[in-house]
Amino acid sequence: MRLVEGATVKPKTLFEKIWDAHVVREEEGKPALLYVDLHLVHEVTSAQAFEGLRLIGRGVRRPDLTIATMDHNVPTTDRGLPIRDEISRKQIEALRANAEEFGIRLYGMESNRQGIVHVIGPELGYTRPGTVIVCGDSHTSTQGAFGVFAMPIGTTQVEHVLASQCLVQARLKTMEIRVDGQLSPGVTAKDMILGIIGRIGVDGAVGHVIEYTGEAIRALSMEGRMTVCNMSIEAGARVGMIAPDDTTFEYLRCRPFAPKDADWDAAVEVWRALPTDPGAAFDRTVVFDAAELEPYVTWGTNPGMVVPVTGSVPDPASFPSTAERAAVERALEYMALEPGTPIQEIRPDRVFIGSCTNARIEDLRSAAEIVRGRKVNENVRAMVVPGSTQVKLQAEQEGLDKTFVEAGFEWREAGCSMCLGMNPDILQPGERCASSSNRNFEGRQGKGGRTHLVSPQMAAAAAIAGHFVDIRDWQV
Amino acid sequence: MEPFKKVTGVVVPLDRVNVDTDSIVPARFLKRIERDGWGELLFFDWRFLPDGSPNPDFVLNAPGYEDAKILVAGRNFGSGSSREHAVWALRQYGIRAIIAPSLADIFHKNCFENGVVPVFLPEERVRELIRKAKEGPGCELTVDLERCEVWDEEGFRSPFVVHDDPETHEFRRHCLLNGLDDIAMTLEAEEEISAFEERRPAWLTPVDGEA
Repeated sequence: MRLVEGATVKPKTLFEKIWDAHVVREEEGKPALLYVDLHLVHEVTSAQAFEGLRLIGRGVRRPDLTIATMDHNVPTTDRGLPIRDEISRKQIEALRANAEEFGIRLYGMESNRQGIVHVIGPELGYTRPGTVIVCGDSHTSTQGAFGVFAMPIGTTQVEHVLASQCLVQARLKTMEIRVDGQLSPGVTAKDMILGIIGRIGVDGAVGHVIEYTGEAIRALSMEGRMTVCNMSIEAGARVGMIAPDDTTFEYLRCRPFAPKDADWDAAVEVWRALPTDPGAAFDRTVVFDAAELEPYVTWGTNPGMVVPVTGSVPDPASFPSTAERAAVERALEYMALEPGTPIQEIRPDRVFIGSCTNARIEDLRSAAEIVRGRKVNENVRAMVVPGSTQVKLQAEQEGLDKTFVEAGFEWREAGCSMCLGMNPDILQPGERCASSSNRNFEGRQGKGGRTHLVSPQMAAAAAIAGHFVDIRDWQV
Repeated sequence: MEPFKKVTGVVVPLDRVNVDTDSIVPARFLKRIERDGWGELLFFDWRFLPDGSPNPDFVLNAPGYEDAKILVAGRNFGSGSSREHAVWALRQYGIRAIIAPSLADIFHKNCFENGVVPVFLPEERVRELIRKAKEGPGCELTVDLERCEVWDEEGFRSPFVVHDDPETHEFRRHCLLNGLDDIAMTLEAEEEISAFEERRPAWLTPVDGEA
């Protein structure tokens, strides 16, 4: 990627550089064929893909570039016990059998490297800047935090990548989301992305790759950057990315699967050339002032239905179009909320700290700070579910588990847990939850459940107080 | 994949925006590893009451819409989770085309993979079809992919695209018309894929430094 002296080189965005370096075939009038550096597989979106390969007699082209784990469907209680739900057990067993048959490395329930697929990729050092990563899961964009073109795909595409190690993809439009200035104390990466979605809308970035830029983005830790990129899909973008820098390299150095020695040096040289060139053009740019962002709480049934914690539940009449008014009325009915209710008067029955959005070690540390020496409110049932077994072990080494348990939280095994209501961790109909996860759709955390998305700190504080509180007023 | 040329059928209106794939197929059903049997799970929590009986207030259960082949919905249909099960459920229920001002990106791609035709029309034309379908349950539309037109017997007629990008529209239309799937096409590029692999630096293949 060195510039030729004297030649005029068109400035490129991070996305364009990765794209150009991965084109296997590009023909006029057809989408390109891109090479995939890493394919992450989990139990829910892979069984039918492996079955497709078997039916037609195809193999997995690059098992060495394919990694599998179990996360969505695994219980977060005692792993020594058999899975009670027979259909769940069959799905888990199917992944185990498929991994064995096709020679794929699997981090199963018994592995200390098991965890949510988007959490283990980075923490084990599989995620490298400048690469193309795919996974049959919409939150694959999490890994865009490392300057990766990390793309969610459906099951047919999973089969396609297993068979060919390639992705059929038309070039996407680019959208820069620049966050200038500095976040105020108590305002987190989660609040940043909720604020962004609240403004641009849940389909604001459809058809685009987002690149997050600006001082406030650069100041985030890798954990924070992953939280931001993770929820790109909640703004409609399949891919969200952040240019790699020293923060990225420091995170990756010494991870088990990161390049070593001379390979590391060669890799870093390539990675340093990845950031968007000065003068490169985006199709769209949206600018935010970090100082104007606040802690947010969602009140409705999509992540764009969000207000600052100091605000109130909105009035449907205040929305401009008929379709929006109808959607808001429906959402308020589902959420059992009255217009004008102050957010801080809303009382959750459950608190969930977990998910690929906010269950990395930094998230657990910051939530533990909030609860240390306090007790969970008597009307609340609260749980912490680490994003991976590695995160869990690290947290236990630091004593965070004791902090949570002494406060009255349940401390669980790693997995997707109550983010998506497909394993035993679910809300009961009518239960209201403060959740550090990513989606507040109807029934997302269990049929009839009501979800409010917040940062892990805000979830922790709500567990203690029994209602939402402004974390900026919290005395640690 | 079954080719799609032209389909005429009953239109069912789902007058909502941002319908997410969790609503199309709730996550608790995703434990199943089969490729069939998804049609009966479509919109499950909207379509059925807690006792398992059909919810009379949900449009799919209303008289006249029984054999719907075409769904018309508000913008950003299919948002959220990447689950292809959502498209399997629609297709297996009998839906061959989805008319909307816009679809969510992953869902959109999953439609192409399963021979479900995305029909993009301007917002006001979609509103017109929703109104017609609500007022006259059982009314029919024709989606003609060869001419890229949608029409009915009462004078509604509109051109459509299956993708906003003209090149992608043309390519995907061609695939849908001929029932082509990506995997077979990609595997024809074997030589180029191998040549690309030769060029990749070795350090891109992960090796366990602690094992």
